[in-house]
Amino acid sequence: MENKTFTISVYSENNVGLLNRISGIFLKRHINILSLNVSESEIENVSRFIIVVDTTEKWVQNIVGQIEKQIEVIKAFYHVDDETIFLENALFKIESGLLFDERQIQNIIKESNSEIVTVSRKFFVISKSGRRSEITELHAKLKPFGIMQFVRSGRISVSKEPMEISTLLQELNINKY
Amino acid sequence: METTKISGAEAVIRCLLEEGADLVYGYPGGAIMPVYDELYKFQDKLHHVLVRHEQGAAHAAQGFARATGKVGVCIATSGPGATNLVTGIADAQIDSTPLVCITGQVGKHLLGSDAFQETDIIGISTPVTKWNYQITEAHEIPEIMAKAFYIARSGRPGPVLIDITKNAQFDTLDFSYKKCTDIRSYHPKPILNKDKVKEAAEIINKAKKPFIIFGQGIVLSQAEEQLKALIEKAGIPAAWTILGLSALPTDHELNVGMVGMHGNYGPNMLTNECDVLIALGMRFDDRVTGNLQTYAKQAKVLHFEIDAAEVDKNVKTEVAVLADLKDALTELLPLIEKNSHTEWHNEFKRHYDIELDAVINEELAPTNGKGISMGETIEMINKHSNGDAIMVSDVGQHQMFTCRYSKFNTTKSNVTSGGLGTMGFALPAAIGAKMGRPDREVVAIIGDGGFQMNIQELGTINQTKVPVKIVVLNNEFLGMVRQWQELFFDNRYASTVMVNPNFCAIAEGYYIKARKVTKREELDEAVAEMMASKDAYFLEVMVEKENNVFPMIPTGASVSDIRLR
Repeated sequence: MENKTFTISVYSENNVGLLNRISGIFLKRHINILSLNVSESEIENVSRFIIVVDTTEKWVQNIVGQIEKQIEVIKAFYHVDDETIFLENALFKIESGLLFDERQIQNIIKESNSEIVTVSRKFFVISKSGRRSEITELHAKLKPFGIMQFVRSGRISVSKEPMEISTLLQELNINKY
Repeated sequence: METTKISGAEAVIRCLLEEGADLVYGYPGGAIMPVYDELYKFQDKLHHVLVRHEQGAAHAAQGFARATGKVGVCIATSGPGATNLVTGIADAQIDSTPLVCITGQVGKHLLGSDAFQETDIIGISTPVTKWNYQITEAHEIPEIMAKAFYIARSGRPGPVLIDITKNAQFDTLDFSYKKCTDIRSYHPKPILNKDKVKEAAEIINKAKKPFIIFGQGIVLSQAEEQLKALIEKAGIPAAWTILGLSALPTDHELNVGMVGMHGNYGPNMLTNECDVLIALGMRFDDRVTGNLQTYAKQAKVLHFEIDAAEVDKNVKTEVAVLADLKDALTELLPLIEKNSHTEWHNEFKRHYDIELDAVINEELAPTNGKGISMGETIEMINKHSNGDAIMVSDVGQHQMFTCRYSKFNTTKSNVTSGGLGTMGFALPAAIGAKMGRPDREVVAIIGDGGFQMNIQELGTINQTKVPVKIVVLNNEFLGMVRQWQELFFDNRYASTVMVNPNFCAIAEGYYIKARKVTKREELDEAVAEMMASKDAYFLEVMVEKENNVFPMIPTGASVSDIRLR
């Protein structure tokens, strides 16, 4: 079975220690997490983890099963890239003088559809949202001019098909065991 | 609801009583002292057993849980007390044993400061608990304790650890208790899909060579009667995993023995011949399956299992019925047609006869002036217990002999460390089993290696006078490792020779009656004396030094490559 990029989405209670449990599941199988994002979700008091891994479908099924087993996890899903809308965000901090001295930089900003978030006397900051490849491309173009700081977020993603957590939660409330 | 103001420590005790716990195993220390102070006050209601090492507390709680089906409880202090529990917790996790472990923790204001006896037990125990939680405020205690018991005992059971800071034990709270019956994100029993049961029933009804392997799921869901009814109605030969042992009486006509590395010849060979393999509450552990590439490839696999994560984990299934086993089998039974598979069942008998000739006869009655065998010792215990004892085995060769040759009439009679393979398990687990089931005879079978791993629990036996029977099968070797060294490492016995102390003198030092047997002629009378004893009894049996457990499936080999010698 070939390796693919999978996006795992975990809906969970917002409890201390759960990140530790979930990361342990990857650790046990020696699978490296490529990107991790934890945030609130569309449901009040429900957190959402977005975890990106490069592995086989068999492993990802197995992992999702183990994640769902955790007491505080409501539901976990996995998707391949075609099944989701996803992006990452990156910030580039660059010396202010370059904005005026190197006209090319302004072209790069325009062409890459990134935006300038702030400009101060010493530096300015570019924000770029998009696929990893677009961010990498922008990084490559800016690098020759000197990047003072660079940071990229984990992947955030929504699925094309519905992930019916609200319905599931309703059902769970109806079917109390 | 009425509330009363009490300390957090008292709340812990009241929660335990509310959950029906009247027996706990533990060891006091600084960070848990408020709870122990309350234990002193409540000693008429809640019996505390002082073990000699916290690992003993965890194993004793496991033995209690496995023999009774109730939740086992153990208590330890922070730091080393808590970390000493970890082996028992890991053992309980992999063998699905319900435990609630309570540990003291340094005060909330000291957390993270490397205070005296502080360890991150939540971090340490996370991978080996079903759930854990650190309580830092007294008012959290009732709700969290209720959750702990609910999680430990429901669904696929497991160990839960609750770490309580010292300030939370001292502070007061308005106490009221409500049992936990529901957690939003936790669904312990999957909803039974009746269509899947029908699909499974159709496949079973059409099968020519059906074969059942049952595991501890039968015991945990109390589905022993349903299992028996199923195999009798459909005429299906059934074999057990090491933790499924005793769920079906040993001498049942359709009980065809043990699967796995040291299991019986027939069930292993015929796993690769059956057309339908029905797995009931077992998880296809690698010790059961051997090489997965060649495991039951010809069979349609039906998997009845409560834990969704186990389905298709190791073996691809045709139909998976996700449910509590008792519910699933109750639904399945009326859909099963009456049948008998006589010729197929005879295949197992033929294989058994081969094993009898090649292995069993010699083991149970050794010839050529050989020393006492482990198998004949177990057989002697069967003779004097009539198959009614709870057998608690440690880990190693003696464990395999105990599981292979013990006779069981009733369920919950086999207590052993299966998944983790924890040496040192049996002595404390036997204490727990006997305290949980004082009405039954409890015999611990231990090797000379494992006995010394928790030998200090003889002190617990001395103090509590719990009448357990302890049999050490002494071959002056770490026998199982030595067997592997003989077979796979050119007889290089690296660090497996044991120079042992005078075990009887040690037992007698703890005021436990002791006897050593070196000759076959003494064995019958010695076992009789032990079984007749009203008090704890220690029996050391000097057994053949270099005996091997056969049959055997070498690691990574196919189940049908099982070796008889």
